[in-house]
Amino acid sequence: MTTAPAIELKGISKSFGPVHANKDISIRVMPGTIHGIIGENGAGKSTLMSILYGFYKADAGEIFISGQKTAIPDSQAAIAAGIGMVFQHFKLVENFTVLENVVLGAEDSGLLRPSLARARRELKALADEYELNVDPDAVVEDIGVGMQQRVEILKALYRRADILILDEPTGVLTPAEADHLFRILENLKREGKTIILITHKLREIMDATDTVSVMRRGEMTATVKTSETSPQKLAELMVGRKVLLQVEKAPAQVGKVILDVKNLNVTDEKGVHRVKEVNFNVRAGEILGIAGVSGNGQSELLEVLGGYEKGTGTITVNGQTIDLTGAKSDGRSRRERGIAHVPEDRQREGLIMDYHAWENVAFGYHHDPKYQRGMFMDNAAIKADTLEKMERFDVRPPDPRLAAKSFSGGNQQKIVLAREIERNPDLLLIGQPTRGVDIGAIEFIHQQIVALRDQGKAILLVSVELEEILALSDRIAVMFDGRIMGERLPQDTNEQELGMMMAGMNKGEAA
Amino acid sequence: MDAMPKWADVVLIPLISLILAATLSALVILAIGESPVEALNLMVKGALGSTYGWGYTLYYATNFIFTGLAVSIAFHARMFNIGGEGQAMVGGLGVALICLYIPWPHWSLALLGGTIAAALFGAAWAAIPAFLQAKRGSHIVITTIMFNFIAAAMLNYLLIGALKPKGSMEPATGKFPEATHLPSFQDMFSFGETALFRGAPANVSFFVAILACIAVWALIWKTKLGYEIRAFGHSDTAAKYAGISPTKIIMISMMISGGLAGMMAINNVQGEAERLVLNAVEGAGFIGIAVALMGRSHPFGVFLAALLFGFLYQGGAELALWTKIPREMIVVIQALVILFTGALDDMVRVPLERVFLALRRRKGGAA
Amino acid sequence: MDLSTILQVLDSTVRLATPLLLACLAGLFSERAGIFDIGLEGKMLAAAFLSAAVAYTSGSAWVGLGAGIFASLLLSGIHGLASITFRGNQLISGVAINFLAAGLTVVVAQSWFGQGGRTPQLAGSARFEPITLPFADALREVPVLGPIYYELISGHTALVYIALLFVPLTWWVLYRTRFGLRLRAVGENPAAVDTAGISVVWLRYMAVLICGVLCGIAGAYLATALQASFVKDMSAGRGYIALAALIFAKWRPWYALYACLLFGFLQAFALRPDVIQTVFGFKVNAQLLDVLPYILTVIILAGFVGKAVPPRAGGQPYVKER
Repeated sequence: MTTAPAIELKGISKSFGPVHANKDISIRVMPGTIHGIIGENGAGKSTLMSILYGFYKADAGEIFISGQKTAIPDSQAAIAAGIGMVFQHFKLVENFTVLENVVLGAEDSGLLRPSLARARRELKALADEYELNVDPDAVVEDIGVGMQQRVEILKALYRRADILILDEPTGVLTPAEADHLFRILENLKREGKTIILITHKLREIMDATDTVSVMRRGEMTATVKTSETSPQKLAELMVGRKVLLQVEKAPAQVGKVILDVKNLNVTDEKGVHRVKEVNFNVRAGEILGIAGVSGNGQSELLEVLGGYEKGTGTITVNGQTIDLTGAKSDGRSRRERGIAHVPEDRQREGLIMDYHAWENVAFGYHHDPKYQRGMFMDNAAIKADTLEKMERFDVRPPDPRLAAKSFSGGNQQKIVLAREIERNPDLLLIGQPTRGVDIGAIEFIHQQIVALRDQGKAILLVSVELEEILALSDRIAVMFDGRIMGERLPQDTNEQELGMMMAGMNKGEAA
Repeated sequence: MDAMPKWADVVLIPLISLILAATLSALVILAIGESPVEALNLMVKGALGSTYGWGYTLYYATNFIFTGLAVSIAFHARMFNIGGEGQAMVGGLGVALICLYIPWPHWSLALLGGTIAAALFGAAWAAIPAFLQAKRGSHIVITTIMFNFIAAAMLNYLLIGALKPKGSMEPATGKFPEATHLPSFQDMFSFGETALFRGAPANVSFFVAILACIAVWALIWKTKLGYEIRAFGHSDTAAKYAGISPTKIIMISMMISGGLAGMMAINNVQGEAERLVLNAVEGAGFIGIAVALMGRSHPFGVFLAALLFGFLYQGGAELALWTKIPREMIVVIQALVILFTGALDDMVRVPLERVFLALRRRKGGAA
Repeated sequence: MDLSTILQVLDSTVRLATPLLLACLAGLFSERAGIFDIGLEGKMLAAAFLSAAVAYTSGSAWVGLGAGIFASLLLSGIHGLASITFRGNQLISGVAINFLAAGLTVVVAQSWFGQGGRTPQLAGSARFEPITLPFADALREVPVLGPIYYELISGHTALVYIALLFVPLTWWVLYRTRFGLRLRAVGENPAAVDTAGISVVWLRYMAVLICGVLCGIAGAYLATALQASFVKDMSAGRGYIALAALIFAKWRPWYALYACLLFGFLQAFALRPDVIQTVFGFKVNAQLLDVLPYILTVIILAGFVGKAVPPRAGGQPYVKER
């Protein structure tokens, strides 16, 4: 074989302060292939690709494009080298039209009109060629995420990219949209384009790629032909040891209904109807898992239950109605009703990153009489309480005076969990419990959730990780487009069926 | 782990910023043909060389403590209250009304009444921008700027109209009654023949300012409300999750802020002028911004920074008297302090963080 | 009230609206690129001083204009350094610049001219003279249209016409050129611009510098056209009114013109208590007219009359996310 690799990276290293995001990484990507890069959150995949796209500068290492050593100091150079990137969070100007977004940075001349006219013609050609239909005059903020992603791909193709990098492209897509995306990628591959697909989903790797590289903790652990490996092997390479996502748990001892939700509707500030006529209940001693692609109303559901989004309908906890609007619909009132909440985004919601651990342990419970002394807060008591909790939840380092931002993701999550679980709530709301958490902490967190269930508490679990839902839940509800598509028992269903429901299809329709 | 030890953040960075500002100011003085060393000498002598000088320095410092605390409180809730100037003006209006129209039996009660009126008026003036921010999302910086102008116009209107004594040509209220006059430092600290602070305007409000520092410190770091204000300032999304009402925090923190700015009036209106004049605030509301930035929004830091600016103000007045350097030089220094401690923070911080990181690495390497 | 009075008021409306318009367009460029600028006031003031000082020494208003622009650009540079390079707080930087200008102009004026912080009076070519447009004198006698042409349209200084030309020019740059597209994009989502291979820093500096040039013209107009010398604090809050006009105009060029004309009209009106009395039949307080722009802006900001949505990335320094 004499063809040079489309991309070859040699000895790439990159640190952010004391963190080694990439350590001496070398990889070869052959032209006309789909090359997967798989690894856990924080394994360094995105950093590596950002270096390739000139977004960051590597501390050391070389980049070869089609055999030529190429310096990529900025995105301009990457574009010139024929590299296009579709970021996980789209880089679109929301109040621009699709056309303006495509043209931005790739204008032909100082005047806009000729550029826009040419782009309009080319967009049409691209749309016909690759199933990439988008209305060029639509304003980006008015179109769906699937469409927005196509705009990103069009941007890259318009710039004559031969190499397309997609970072976690299916995170926001329904399975149907994801399938469409993979068809587009196949088309592109057939035209000779090289595609790098970054993901943490094993199934996508197995379905779509020709070759796969595995990253773990900033290092490249292996590159193998997809046809010669298996999901189990890849998983092992990803985490460095055999994973047991099967959580040990006894059959549920189900009691009375703790949470009952009837006809819940949520319309957000922008007037979008997020949750539509949702009905379900959670009983004492069971975990109800809510599966779904993110953005299908699960977040809003948790927010209403947690008291910081308004809704209509009836929600009872222990038989008593809770307010969904007005002064008594806030986090504090919810906590007083025995509802604890581990939010989906611990950095934006669950913790104050600049607060010390002890201040965070009081967070939301700072009205608790045992934290008060006269008119002041009893900071000493909070610190003592924090130290106890940190030790029980194995938070490392167990230092109440460290700022939350100084802890790793897993330890941050343990702090939130300790705060909420140790309150002995009747109902625990928990969203994305293990997002951005290392494997060791995942096991611990899962054990804590199951232990709480076994104490007879009701748990509502929301997760976009289907494996997690299947491993933990006693019952599974699937949300799509704000509705509950149906409920299943974990032993009676499988990933395929749930995947269909997550895409808005029930079994009957799918057949 | 933080890149820098806390003391570096709290002491070293403001200090370096201050040195930078001072150096540039010295260059300006050089450029207009004066000697910076001599200027500094004059300033020190004029501001700190006599009890008279101290009397002025502390008088100015009292103003700046109030306005500095006002800006600090708002900063803790991550709000930028540029409206201290207007709030202090309206606070002055409150003091004037209460001194003119209520017959106070004793200065202590008048001080109490004045303080409450000043705080209430200042708070009320801050409440409108706060409400618009909380409920309508109007940018607080812009609205508070607008409210400064509106306050000035309102005061102007009242002082050439309803509040002006008959027959007077000056845009000012009449003299406040004797019973509302606050004891000056001269009254308090002169014994027998030795008159200290003679003729200087520093008065009992200075101690109210110190009390305010302590109260703000306790509020911010020891109470639930302070905890909530800081939490909201760090992360409004997390605050919402925890059940902390954004509306409540914006309203309360801005009203405390406005109240503190308004309280300045017990010093300059009730304590010094003993009547309300146009432009009584003289920019002290804006100096509060520099003081809060310099003092890292901590009451003790604010206290020190206010003393520094009090010194600059009095020293600057002396300069204008004895040299060709006009009083506006202080405004230049104030601008440079705001620039370096506020806007160019990273210029100092980033290199310093690198130094500390390198130091730590070397230590780590040796171990 | 007769035509000539109306024309007098409208004529001073144009003259008073000119500095507002220039400053407002200056702010428009900066804020459309995502850099908030409350330092318009300071830049105008600095430009007013230096233009007057240099016009006085050189005897040329045009040289003075250049100096004014230079002074304003220096402050723009500081603002750029603070808010773009060092990612500082743009509002605080703006406040600092306003004070810097307020202080330095007086300190330097005192040192140079020793007249209590002002410049000597400008005369002759050191000042921008009114330009009489073609046929203005000839057409003067034509009923109605003649006086309108002669009084209102003709007879302003060059800077007034330049300011008015900047309105269509700004519109054209913003909506019809590559630079404008990129400028608007960087104020909405700098990451989109960055990943498209365009330098965010360069674009934002360009915007800040254009802002400096326009503020420079505005300041020079104050000292060498509207008035005939620099006096302490002569910008008198115009930078803030321009900011108000910018919000009023919702960051759009043509609306900026209308807003500035409105605010200029209020100022012109406030200067003529006699006219006010005839129009309303009673005395309207001049302070009320002075603060009306601020009150109107607060009302607009409050969203009671159409919501003003600023550029989305406004005020935030651009940091590549990890």
